[in-house]
Amino acid sequence: MQWETVIGLEIHAQLATKSKIFSGTSTAFGAEPNTQANVVDLGLPGALPVLNAEAVRLAVKFGLALDAKINRRSIFARKNYFYPDLPKGYQISQMDLPIVAQGEVHVVMDDGTQKTVGLTRAHLEEDAGKSLHEDFHGLTGIDLNRAGTPLLEIVSEPDMRSAKEAVAYAKTIHSLVRYLGMCDGNMQEGSFRVDANVSVRPKGQVEFGTRAEVKNVNSFRFLERAINFEVERQIDVLESGRKVVQETRLYDPDRDETRSMRSKEEAHDYRYFPDPDLLPVVLDEAFIESVRMGLPELPQAKKQRFIEQFGLSAYDANFLTSERELADFFESTLKAGGCEAKLCANWVMGDFSAALNKAGLDLAHSPVNAEMLGGLMKRIADNTLSGKLAKDVFEAMWAGEGDADAIIEKKGLKQITDEGAIAAIVDEALAQFPEQVAEFRSGKDKVFGFLVGQVMKAAKGKANPAQLNAVLKQRLES
Amino acid sequence: MLITPNEVMKIAHLARMSVDHDDVERYAKDLSGILGLVEQMNQVDVRGIEPMAHPLDMCQRLRADVVTEVNQRDTLQAHAPAVERGLFLVPKVIE
Amino acid sequence: MSDLHCKTLTELRGILDSKQISAQELAQHFIRRIQAHDSTLNSFISVTEDAGLLAAQRADEKIAAGQAGALTGIPVAHKDIFCTMGVKTSCGSRMLDNFIAPYNASVVERLNQADTVMLGKTNMDEFAMGSTSESSYYGATKNPWDTQAVPGGSSGGSAAAIAAGLTPIATGTDTGGSIRQPAAYCGITGLKPTYGRVSRFGMIAYASSLDQGGPMARSAEDCALLLNVMAGFDARDSTSSEQASEDYTAQLNLDLTGLKIGLPREYFGAGLDVGVAQAIDAAISELRKLGAEVREVSLPNSELAIPAYYVIAPAEASSNLSRFDGVRFGHRCDAPKDLTDLYERSRAEGFGDEVKRRIMIGTYALSSGYYDAYYLKAQRVRRLIADDFQRVLSEVDVIMGPVTPSVAPNLGESLKDPVAMYLSDIYTVPVNLAGLPAISIPVGFAHNRPVGLQVIGKAFAESRLLNIAHRFQQATDWHRQTPPAFK
Repeated sequence: MQWETVIGLEIHAQLATKSKIFSGTSTAFGAEPNTQANVVDLGLPGALPVLNAEAVRLAVKFGLALDAKINRRSIFARKNYFYPDLPKGYQISQMDLPIVAQGEVHVVMDDGTQKTVGLTRAHLEEDAGKSLHEDFHGLTGIDLNRAGTPLLEIVSEPDMRSAKEAVAYAKTIHSLVRYLGMCDGNMQEGSFRVDANVSVRPKGQVEFGTRAEVKNVNSFRFLERAINFEVERQIDVLESGRKVVQETRLYDPDRDETRSMRSKEEAHDYRYFPDPDLLPVVLDEAFIESVRMGLPELPQAKKQRFIEQFGLSAYDANFLTSERELADFFESTLKAGGCEAKLCANWVMGDFSAALNKAGLDLAHSPVNAEMLGGLMKRIADNTLSGKLAKDVFEAMWAGEGDADAIIEKKGLKQITDEGAIAAIVDEALAQFPEQVAEFRSGKDKVFGFLVGQVMKAAKGKANPAQLNAVLKQRLES
Repeated sequence: MLITPNEVMKIAHLARMSVDHDDVERYAKDLSGILGLVEQMNQVDVRGIEPMAHPLDMCQRLRADVVTEVNQRDTLQAHAPAVERGLFLVPKVIE
Repeated sequence: MSDLHCKTLTELRGILDSKQISAQELAQHFIRRIQAHDSTLNSFISVTEDAGLLAAQRADEKIAAGQAGALTGIPVAHKDIFCTMGVKTSCGSRMLDNFIAPYNASVVERLNQADTVMLGKTNMDEFAMGSTSESSYYGATKNPWDTQAVPGGSSGGSAAAIAAGLTPIATGTDTGGSIRQPAAYCGITGLKPTYGRVSRFGMIAYASSLDQGGPMARSAEDCALLLNVMAGFDARDSTSSEQASEDYTAQLNLDLTGLKIGLPREYFGAGLDVGVAQAIDAAISELRKLGAEVREVSLPNSELAIPAYYVIAPAEASSNLSRFDGVRFGHRCDAPKDLTDLYERSRAEGFGDEVKRRIMIGTYALSSGYYDAYYLKAQRVRRLIADDFQRVLSEVDVIMGPVTPSVAPNLGESLKDPVAMYLSDIYTVPVNLAGLPAISIPVGFAHNRPVGLQVIGKAFAESRLLNIAHRFQQATDWHRQTPPAFK
């Protein structure tokens, strides 16, 4: 039987606010346990929530960036369940009227093809605390610092048909939330969490199969592996005549498998109802317009501009706009270098990115900044440096030996461009190979390559190759 | 009875309150009585009427995103049932 | 001066400001009365003598410095539903028997800043769920007029303490009648303000969309003075109204000529005790003499209020009370064997019967498959009831009627049948559903127990209600009666 995979993603993006969604407690990561958990966050008797304006603004920003529907009136609801990391016994979330309603996400796959994924909704809610299972003599410790951190839960339609599509969609959302400055996107620290609803069905069947929700995926690589494992598992279950159970499954990266979360299997009845402590959130046009005005250039628009303004290929433009920081770095380098965009793109995507990867650094910590890389571009463009010498200078820059001009000066790497000097080198070299010169002149074109090599050697790679070539030809043909 | 002893057990579990075996019947009777009272609502046709969640027609006020709270852990944990190294302790949570 | 407990706030202000006695002496007077009488009444859960005397000392310094405000040095008792920093805040429940609140409710904060002197925390039905104050973990409070009778509830401790002269003023909360009904049963004055008028921050929630704190005192004038401090916008409560609060004493003496009173026929039908009806009729006649015009009106959906209330209030309560789980504060069972055991036993041990019943009804009404039939339906009925009031209040200035169908029942009587007890709130519950202000004032006796008149106003018309109550009290002396045993 041919199976088709159906995937929908629920992404929880922690919003980059200073204070919690319903209280004035700090959201800073990494504080001592329960030092950022106050009266409201702990759900003390009598404590009441008041909504953070910035959380609302960021949610609206996200909706506008996707051109999704913004609900002018949205409602907070209580999702009731007991869990030690949920202080009030309910999570304040949104149910019937989320702040962001339907929209579409345009995803570009690695091969350049486009895929449209439906956005079901994006709603505001509060995060829960953390349970720590180690070192408490068989007990669990509860840290509520994270409780009340604002989350935007971004729910997709079940529109993805492979793990690769799911990853491409998740990366698109990841890039977007970072572009918008609304989430730091750190998957390790849990500020960007992806849960996958995975099911399979016989190809051609219209109804969806029973789905499992895969949680605990903290990288895109694991997302792909977790989905692929889950798809295989479900196909095995179905092909052996059993049924897939609707359940939550945890991905275990060490074993590369998903396993059932038995403790959460208990039948849920969340008893959602409108939170009587909070009133309807009403957004007026002026507010929405003010958020729209503040939108940065978004990945798709930036990519299009890179293609049109700089004449870059779709591939290059896609690569360079994948992260806002990288796109900014490229544009700064280009400005500093005043060179052709393609040259700059090649360097940013090539040697520079390779060096970053090799050193395991992110852009912010690169030893070579855009100004410095631009300086190098300038010396390539004005023929001061050949391609080969440029690589040497880049390495020296990376090692902290100064900017391009300083290195060129210090190492005497400056390319020879003086016509007279080049002619002298050529004449001297040709004088050593009279036989080959004669052969060429008698019509044997093949020796030209040999002569170029010898002349280059004599120039020790410092002569401008184009000029060198021109002088050589002129000498041989005269 | 509108609520059976079996349903009492289910509701009690959903609300995380244990109910003594001997009390189940009594609760079933009491809750059924209350539900009987509640069902008088069925006398009236409320189709098309907008549900009223709040007595006043107001909308949510927004708070500026400013940190106003300081660490009060010691005060807030002073009377907590079980605390160690700043964490609230509970029986092992199995995942 | 042995009759200090019979004085109005204005009289006490004069005595304090003229230094006939100090705030400390005044506090001691009330503390001595509590010590003498509260073993009979059980109206206090905690008495905060030391903190009170300290506050009184600070009040004396203010008075000496000529910086006294209207309530400086005035003793007050808080219903034990308001969080008081450093003081046990039990909400009448075993669940919070060990809960020392780490912060002050906004209402408490405001009264502290007004230099009042807290005498203690008053008894109440557990988590404000009840109409008799008998469901308290700390035992039932008795009615000072007849210790065989209940004081009403849930703010029964506050009402009884005022009636017996154990405190001049007290705070209360009203979700379905919990200020007005005990005020009526104990012969004192109690005001439930418009929803959103008094901050709910730090007031332990029963049903968030219905709960409202308010003043309880011997007279409307004293209620106005207390409301002046309690009312006002609070940024910490999202449901707090931004409408500016007023000086509620400013209009107390306005003439009542031309006041249009509506008497809903549904409030005077079968089930209303004849003695109560007579007292109410007499009060209405008195108001006519003061210039009011009376006409009959109709609130046709009134009888749906109790059914809707017993869905909405328990539904909200079932969720509000989920935080009492034995993890961060409050009661935890001994040696839980696992997490579920911790939850189930802590909550079963911590909550009393009535609270459990309401949590279960609320859980049921919200659960999958029943939400539309119960919760959503109740919210629609709520709209009908609110619309009734709006319509009638566009024709008349205020609506009047009895607070309760009968006088205070005997202790123990209501425990037999919870549904019968619920039905006694028939005249008070609709007001909470609509979010309107209403006042209860003493207007006489039936069967030797006090009778209360309810005056319901338009949203934010507290000044008008206090004005009507005050003019009535200028013309009568029902509010000056004191229970013989507590003279």
